[in-house]
Amino acid sequence: MNFTLKIWRQANPTDKGRFETYYIENISPDASFLEMLDILNDKLIREGKDPVAFDHDCREGICGCCGLYINGRPHGPDEDVTTCQLHMRKFKDGDTIVIEPWRAAAFPVIKDLIVDRSAFDKILQEGGYISVNVGSAPDANSIPIPPEVAEEAFDAAACIGCGACVAACKNSSAMLFVAAKVSHLALLPQGRIEAAKRVKAMIAKMDELGFGSCTNTGACEAECPKNISIAHIARLNREFLSAKLKE
Amino acid sequence: MIELNSKIPEGSIDKKWSNFKSTCKLVSPANKTKLDIIVVGTGLAGASAAAALGELGYNVKVFCYQDSPRRAHSIAAQGGINAAKNYQNDGDSIYRLFLDTLKGGDFRSREANVYRLAEISGQIIDHCVAQGIPFARDYAGYLDNRSFGGAQVSRTFYARGQTGQQLLLGAYASLNRQIKEGKVTLYTRRDVLNIVIVNGRARGIIARNLVTGEIERYSAHAVVLATGGYGNVFYLSTNAKGSNATVIWQAYKKGAFFANPCFTQIHPTCIPVHGDYQSKLTLMSESLRNDGRIWVPKKLEDAKKLQRGEITANQIPDEDRDYYLERRYPAFGNLVPRDIASRAAKERCDAGYGVNNTGLAVFLDFSDAIKKHGKEVIEKKYGNLFQMYEKITNQNPYETPMMIYPAVHYTMGGLWVDYHLMTTIPGLFAIGECNFSDHGANRLGASALMQGLADGYFILPYTIGNYLADMVKEPRIDTKTQEFDQAASEVEQRIEKLMSVNGHEPVDYFHKKLGKIMWDNVGMSRNEKGLIDAVKIIKEIKEEFWKNVKIPGKTNEYNAELEKAGRVADFIELGELIAIDALHRKESCGGHFREESQTEDGEAKRNDEEFAYVAAWEFKGDDKEPVLHKENLIFNEVKLVQRNYK
Repeated sequence: MNFTLKIWRQANPTDKGRFETYYIENISPDASFLEMLDILNDKLIREGKDPVAFDHDCREGICGCCGLYINGRPHGPDEDVTTCQLHMRKFKDGDTIVIEPWRAAAFPVIKDLIVDRSAFDKILQEGGYISVNVGSAPDANSIPIPPEVAEEAFDAAACIGCGACVAACKNSSAMLFVAAKVSHLALLPQGRIEAAKRVKAMIAKMDELGFGSCTNTGACEAECPKNISIAHIARLNREFLSAKLKE
Repeated sequence: MIELNSKIPEGSIDKKWSNFKSTCKLVSPANKTKLDIIVVGTGLAGASAAAALGELGYNVKVFCYQDSPRRAHSIAAQGGINAAKNYQNDGDSIYRLFLDTLKGGDFRSREANVYRLAEISGQIIDHCVAQGIPFARDYAGYLDNRSFGGAQVSRTFYARGQTGQQLLLGAYASLNRQIKEGKVTLYTRRDVLNIVIVNGRARGIIARNLVTGEIERYSAHAVVLATGGYGNVFYLSTNAKGSNATVIWQAYKKGAFFANPCFTQIHPTCIPVHGDYQSKLTLMSESLRNDGRIWVPKKLEDAKKLQRGEITANQIPDEDRDYYLERRYPAFGNLVPRDIASRAAKERCDAGYGVNNTGLAVFLDFSDAIKKHGKEVIEKKYGNLFQMYEKITNQNPYETPMMIYPAVHYTMGGLWVDYHLMTTIPGLFAIGECNFSDHGANRLGASALMQGLADGYFILPYTIGNYLADMVKEPRIDTKTQEFDQAASEVEQRIEKLMSVNGHEPVDYFHKKLGKIMWDNVGMSRNEKGLIDAVKIIKEIKEEFWKNVKIPGKTNEYNAELEKAGRVADFIELGELIAIDALHRKESCGGHFREESQTEDGEAKRNDEEFAYVAAWEFKGDDKEPVLHKENLIFNEVKLVQRNYK
């Protein structure tokens, strides 16, 4: 397969950046999107040009490193996959593919397609945990948890922190990301004790770091590679309200 | 010759760890605040260690090459974590987990270490549940278990097919809490490139800031390496693209012994290779072998037709299918340990029975399980794995059998450590996959997560305290000393040297070349001639690399090719040590299969008289042969027997 690629190139955070056009030929439909970029980079290096910088690591859809905005969609045209799980068979021969980094004020570009997502870590540092020290846990079976509750907590905990929700949102809101963690921990008996404190601290940090507000468009849910539901945002709102009412 | 002292505590096997804990030296709370610890790596071992040490009151600096600690490759572990809880009342016990692990490792690990691991396993589950990890539960809300290769009890705890993800996010959450408390300082996007040794003790590291290219210096009272395995020596593996051996290799060059490098694990259930542009291999969890049946055609002509694409799996009737694991190993069937399942697949494919166009694949078939339990049950158990398979291969495993083939997955070898998890460099510790300690010559499924968390949460916090008790009077050291200058200058010179080659081939060209010789000659099956050839060819690749590698860009900016170049330079040298170790070990054991040493029916044949030891290699210089040191393995609890899963 042959493609025309329009790729965002930006040397560093202060560079203005621009699109550049590349042509690439003889790509197997079974190649992954990142393997296609590997082939492009091999070519660029051999031509003495600067290869395209992009984040990636596990290449099996779980580490959350990769994240490209492809033809106007986070992680591209396939459903429920990360960029590394997208395969070229999802495109048509001869297609033009536009590749950009996540665009959000809270995620500044480092180089080309790489952005700084440390804001996500900072939000979780405010309370995305249960404060248990090593050594103090009771027997694992001492508190039974209904399987449907554990399953729902799992659905939220499956978030990989890739940032597609922020990239998909017209307001660059991080609500789905924050809600996933709040919901995961609020559902479990172990996490209830700190629930009110947690939700207030995480929301405050999210606002401080420059993420936009949520207007319930549902774009985040539609583009989430792990199918995390906006029902978790509703739970976050309930948790937040009840925490505020208790003040 | 340096005497290897494993420092195994006195007492019967079930008392050793508690004896150690009751008698080891302690550091008072006030003194802990004066001590700094560097942790390199944020996978299960690194994140759990950094969090636990922060909770104790030490000052911790933690480093990772990714943009966030949550992305370390433990995140990709699928199947589960073993623990001897015996919640299923099916006869499990600490002793049985110990025996299974020791036997699974083909009697090439230390009894005392393995027992300690089994002993701690239950506490890990307690702690993880308290952290909020959503393990699978039964209808009454109690924790569920499944069985895994190499065991006849159900002791594996799991969180769908994403157990590693959930456990790592738990450790990451505890780490975040310590960052908030100010006890842990996080350094992301850093490649740690050198160890700084002062007066014979590890006192710091040199790191490269991957965004700015700056060479940075950090000092501490002890350094903990938790950098994972070296499977990427083989280029194609199930490891993450960034997984590397650079720090452990630099530690080896500074005097830490490297143990059993040839003990590498080839995992039986991975998606087969499909093209030369391929960048990595994807694992399909071993848990699939609970319900999937592995087979190839009985008739060679059917296999040929499959290879040419003339027929599909579903056209071959049951009586013409060879369920070779069930045939060869009736007691364990599809649940034999990984090394055995991998070799059996290779044996069938080498004999011409492979089922895809490359002839390097076997079927993993769920049709019987779907008939028996219904599609819904199978979907609930393995849904995410089936989806992953379909996304990659474009085939629906509910309708047509999966195709699988073995791939490099895990490395049992690593830095030699004593019972305290300390390397031969005082103050330098190695935990998790990067040490050699607990899995012998073959790791059982669901034991890597157990070991990573045992080391980080429960073992290191005690053993490092025992070491640091003597360091309380040592003040913090400045990073402008001669030792730091020297270590930083080594790093700078190497980067300079890499950039100045200015040849014609990109880094991946050399990495693929190395991977090919490693897979062909140092992979699932090894022989003397192949290994001698491999050592020679790897030396040639090294020479060519330093003459002809091409790295674009500059050193003072984000430069992914420069990062890769340093890692591949180290992989090449480590590849040679793997081959040397495999050559010297003239026996078959676990994942190390020497064709010269097999039983009449083709099983691995150990040689306990000559090789019941840990091979610990000492670096002697770039152009000198490494020197072998032996730690003899003494077995008091078990009688050494040929492994039998028949």
